[in-house]
Amino acid sequence: MNQELFFLAILDGLSYAALLFLVALGITLVFGVMNIINMAHGGFFAIGGYAAASVGIWAAAAQVSPLWSFIMLPLVAIAVGALFGGLMETCLMRRIYDKDPVLQLLITFAAFMIFEDLQRMIWGTQPYSVSEIVNYLGVAEVMGITYTYYQLLVLPGVALVVFFALRYFLRRSLIGRQVVAVAHHREVATAMGINVKRICLLTFIAGSALGALGGALAVQTTSWVAGIGAEMIVLSFAVVATAGLGQIEGALIAAIMIGLARAFSVYLLPELEVLVPYLIMTLVLLFRPQGLFSVAKARRV
Amino acid sequence: MSKPETSISLAAPDIKVPRIERKTGVPYTKIAAALLVVSALLMPVVLPWLKTPVIFAACFGIAALGVSILIRAGQVSFGHAMFACAAGYAVAFAARWWSQLDSVVLLVIGTAFGAFFGLVVGLFVVRYRAIFFGMLNLALSMVLFAVLGKFFHLTGGTDGLRLARSSFLGMQLERDDFETALLISAVVLAVTVGVLVQRYLSSVAGQALTAIKTNETRLEYVGLSTYRILLVGYVLSAALCGLSGAMFVIAQGLVTPEMGYWIRSGEFIFIAILGGIAHPVGAFLGAAIFEFVKLFAAAYLTGAWQMVLGIVLIAMVFFAPMGISGLMVRLQAKQSKGENR
Repeated sequence: MNQELFFLAILDGLSYAALLFLVALGITLVFGVMNIINMAHGGFFAIGGYAAASVGIWAAAAQVSPLWSFIMLPLVAIAVGALFGGLMETCLMRRIYDKDPVLQLLITFAAFMIFEDLQRMIWGTQPYSVSEIVNYLGVAEVMGITYTYYQLLVLPGVALVVFFALRYFLRRSLIGRQVVAVAHHREVATAMGINVKRICLLTFIAGSALGALGGALAVQTTSWVAGIGAEMIVLSFAVVATAGLGQIEGALIAAIMIGLARAFSVYLLPELEVLVPYLIMTLVLLFRPQGLFSVAKARRV
Repeated sequence: MSKPETSISLAAPDIKVPRIERKTGVPYTKIAAALLVVSALLMPVVLPWLKTPVIFAACFGIAALGVSILIRAGQVSFGHAMFACAAGYAVAFAARWWSQLDSVVLLVIGTAFGAFFGLVVGLFVVRYRAIFFGMLNLALSMVLFAVLGKFFHLTGGTDGLRLARSSFLGMQLERDDFETALLISAVVLAVTVGVLVQRYLSSVAGQALTAIKTNETRLEYVGLSTYRILLVGYVLSAALCGLSGAMFVIAQGLVTPEMGYWIRSGEFIFIAILGGIAHPVGAFLGAAIFEFVKLFAAAYLTGAWQMVLGIVLIAMVFFAPMGISGLMVRLQAKQSKGENR
């Protein structure tokens, strides 16, 4: 592997890690507060991508400057999160908080199946791709390699902004601290006068919007095909499990680890590309079953 | 999910347990099983095109039965189709290397490979519970799916592998007779497997498996290894999925990576939940309903198949979490109690 390929792999890995992190953050946020792994999260990722593609195609037809994407993409993500995530929370999740974890998992899985067909009904089965913003921003020369500004700056930038904004929000703002309180102990939070229902709805919408944002950003560089949601949910679960469920900082590190490992395997051992993220997860879980960054809890008898 | 109705038989060879005479309710589960067997054998006589759907329903039922063993322990695997798929490929490769292999031998090979693969995966996966268990299985099945699609020169990629019709118990049969033979063996296997699983679930190992769901720590205090108990359950369920996959591939004459896709695993879970885990007949009832709805859905709602599955699954979880067999067993128990008074 020469030096150029080495840097190329690093850049690829980082931009991919940024996407992975955004999606995994949504899962880990929802899990932290509600103790449910939302399998329908892959559905939000896919729908976010499709919606962003539709908006992008409309914008190109209306000759809107691609720079507007910086405003439109987050709006699309929030709209998708509020619409689909909000609907799912109020219709389904709210009713299963006190149920058996297995049933909770089944419900989110069922929701995922419904979303899969919903996508096909709305957007059909043909692949979508939009890249106006990527082309508009152009390419840069880094260490002798040409690389798109979009992947070099925008993706990692958005991921870092979201990361720090979320940290600030959870630590400093009133609602953020209420979210942390609910995550710590639901009953006590209720007793303290926190509107747990509202916090759960907000968290779920935020988590869904993060998934949709990941999709909206990813669709600019990849061609969007049916079934992309299933792949992403499993991959981002690998990130979340490696980090430890509910660990926000851990998810960032795990996303970078897995993103880099995957990028290097693309250049070194292309056959193993799909295996590498799971190999990392398996290795980590073998030695630390609770993930890298979480502390094992005592079991209740 | 309900507490399973169990009959622990203490009949060690030298101890005679006095049988308590009591009236039992209408044995709905037995009636349902008998009805299923009769209709599975007779309906294709009237409508020959039903032969393949009935075989497929039996395959799905066997696989769902495997999945339901784990659901008894409170663990849902979202990736069990990988065992059916792996067994299917094992059958296809075996049939390629020794073309004179008999179908029955191929079934055995498929089941054995499913069990072996289940042991390898289980050694790792069985340490985890609930979310991790479900998602790790899903992740592994996605890996298998991706690998099968990628190694084109070996596995034929997404087109899969064809296999020629092999002999059945030494007889070279035509297509129609071959399907009849498969149909009969599928029904016989389904009944055998159902009875065996029922025996297993009422054995000590099976009871301990159910206790993993109720309270695992207490189980360890009794002195049983939960790891080993769940591993046995896991290998058993993988073997059942292997048998199902082998049968499916032999009936279809084709194996594709699609067999191991997560949607197939979801269908297994769907059948297990729909039929209920209270009695093995549930898995086959669920599979029969599933296969028939699928036949009609192919005509009317091609694009909304998964959506229908999802909606029914949600409805089941909310309104009848015990499934069809759960309702039967409960009704049966109620009647026998009522008449005793």
